[in-house]
Amino acid sequence: MKYVDEYRDPALIANVAREIARAVDPGRHYRIMEVCGGHTHSIYRHGLLDVLPPNVELVHGPGCPVCVLPTGRVDDGLSIAEREGTILTCFGDVLRVPGTRGTPLEYKARGADIRMVYSPLDALRLAQEHPEKQVCFFAIGFETTAPSTALTILRARALGVTNFSVFSNHVTIVPAMRAILDSPGMLLDGFVGPGHVATISGCRPYEFVAREYGKPLVVAGFEPLDILQAILMLVRQLGAGEARVENEYARFVSWEGNRAAQAALETVFAPRPTFEWRGLGFIPESALELRPEFAMWDAERRFAVPGVRVTDPSAAQCGEVLTGALKPAQCRLFGKVCNPEQPVGALMVSSEGACAAHYRYAERAAEADPGRALESEPVRA
Amino acid sequence: MTLAERKRPRVSFNDARIEMAHGAGGKASRRLVEGLIAPAFANSILDSLSDAATFSVGGTRVATSADGYVVHPLRFPGGSIGELAINGTVNDLAVSGARATALMATFVLEAGLAAEILRGEVAAMAAAAQRAGVAIVGGDTKVVEHGLCDGMYVTTFGIGELDPRFDLDPRAVRPGDRVLLSGPIGSHGITILLARGELDLEADVRSDTRSVWPLIDALGDACGPGVRWMRDPTRGGVATALNELARDAQVAIALDEDAVPLGECVRGACEILGLDPLHIANEGQFLAIVAAEDAPAALAALRGVPGGEAAADIGEIRAEPARVVFGVTPYGGTRAIDMLVGDPLPRIC
Repeated sequence: MKYVDEYRDPALIANVAREIARAVDPGRHYRIMEVCGGHTHSIYRHGLLDVLPPNVELVHGPGCPVCVLPTGRVDDGLSIAEREGTILTCFGDVLRVPGTRGTPLEYKARGADIRMVYSPLDALRLAQEHPEKQVCFFAIGFETTAPSTALTILRARALGVTNFSVFSNHVTIVPAMRAILDSPGMLLDGFVGPGHVATISGCRPYEFVAREYGKPLVVAGFEPLDILQAILMLVRQLGAGEARVENEYARFVSWEGNRAAQAALETVFAPRPTFEWRGLGFIPESALELRPEFAMWDAERRFAVPGVRVTDPSAAQCGEVLTGALKPAQCRLFGKVCNPEQPVGALMVSSEGACAAHYRYAERAAEADPGRALESEPVRA
Repeated sequence: MTLAERKRPRVSFNDARIEMAHGAGGKASRRLVEGLIAPAFANSILDSLSDAATFSVGGTRVATSADGYVVHPLRFPGGSIGELAINGTVNDLAVSGARATALMATFVLEAGLAAEILRGEVAAMAAAAQRAGVAIVGGDTKVVEHGLCDGMYVTTFGIGELDPRFDLDPRAVRPGDRVLLSGPIGSHGITILLARGELDLEADVRSDTRSVWPLIDALGDACGPGVRWMRDPTRGGVATALNELARDAQVAIALDEDAVPLGECVRGACEILGLDPLHIANEGQFLAIVAAEDAPAALAALRGVPGGEAAADIGEIRAEPARVVFGVTPYGGTRAIDMLVGDPLPRIC
């Protein structure tokens, strides 16, 4: 398949793996965070941990929008689904995120009209087909998906569709990265930067990582070769004592990003004063709400959602996993109480969540070869 | 063979309600069947929980199987609910080592269904039965109120004599055996997903629904006694079928992921939608575990049957770690391959 096979070529991958092995300092331990959940998924899917030297450790970052969605926001969204004459629409991953009284799938089984869509435009179309109903889109995602929500709202306004609304849970990645960089005992050496977000935002917003924190960051694509190449670039920078932002994903990402998408975001959304992230707590200016002129399409204004606050389950250690202080398998609930079928913590919900990825792809492979320590190194917190 | 002999872990069903995932063929389906339904009926025939029940009638070894069909939409590229209802039950018998002799069909029809649609499906069933060489010898019809069953549901029941060339038993599976797959996977599940028209995605892909008996017949001639186990990987896909085998036979299964036959359109759709082809349903393929020394002959036999040209050897049985299916990536890494969790697709069969 074009644009895929080239980046999965075993010979090229073996080459880059050899280059990484040659470039690392054997006396040094490297902790590299892949920020984006898409990277986490790809790393496990393709068994990339097995081709890295043992002293290169990958820490799975907060870039999975389902994982960082707090339970209270799920409850708020589901309160909309419980209203008479309402269709709640969402992406597939949201269907399995547990709220206090069940997942959206469980609400659906009890009779709520909740439907999966692949695009917010599908939700808008549903609203046009059902003028007698209110159709609400439960929006999640970083800058990657937020522009499609923004464009859908602009289209709803242009078409005069008034029975459509958006429950915005869009978040932005830079404040979350700052929160991790500012966390006490931060041990990270560098970052594989979020490739999809950067197609919209460009590389420029990440310059602070190098400038203010002295850590290198390489924006990377999602194929095995992309990820390994980015790790090689990071290891080389660290070896040379450098901290720069580099772009491995130049086939899609520019320094300035997608101006049209940025303009749509700017038109429709404004930063919220603060927003709760599961595992990370409240982070100022880290999420997007609809501007007042789009109030008609804002589900929070239209339906007076209750604004539920739910404390994370105390036994789940999602926060420590998100900041890299704990490995997924080191959480006390991992695998037994919390697993992909019955997730307690949100990191187990999405296939891009660090815990679900670990559970699905690594845990049982590690059983398959107990001699090979997959992520078994103890972490100093 | 009892549950205790097979060391199958006891499954409990604690869910408060039935959800779509309970019908998706993965872990939740397994909990429903093994935790709620099977315990109530426990007996030595049922407890093997295979696709078909096998027992003796007047000294003749027979296999029986029943399957319900609720696919939406009723017609899709490459097939329809009527064809599925014939081929699905014929295949459940075939992978149990029995050629279907007779089928019965039950229709649940919704008031308001156009007679033309029903006529079309009955004709499709007749044609599929003729192709599979099986007679439809009886059945039942019921009508429910409009809006209660999405047009029509069909249930078929089949019976066939066990073919003496085969002696299938998951406990006969042993390390070194090869995993064979009859052809490219995923086309049925992806076809249904696209046929529902909810995705703005079009691809030239058709359901693979067909009787697999001609392939299994060829396998019987080539190396019947060397075939240990067969299964048609329908809901839950190849990954779920192999996980069930790994659990039942207490073995590990190593898959060479690059060797799994996969059409370009299915692969592309899976890449775009973030689905694993190993979890996607098939309606015209089967997996066979074959003794290593018989594998080349088995593969040649499959490839010699029209529609079996793409059959492939996709992996091997290993001793350790028991109950685990894992993929070996082309880069020398490994990944565990789990059963399907949740429900990635709408009603597909």
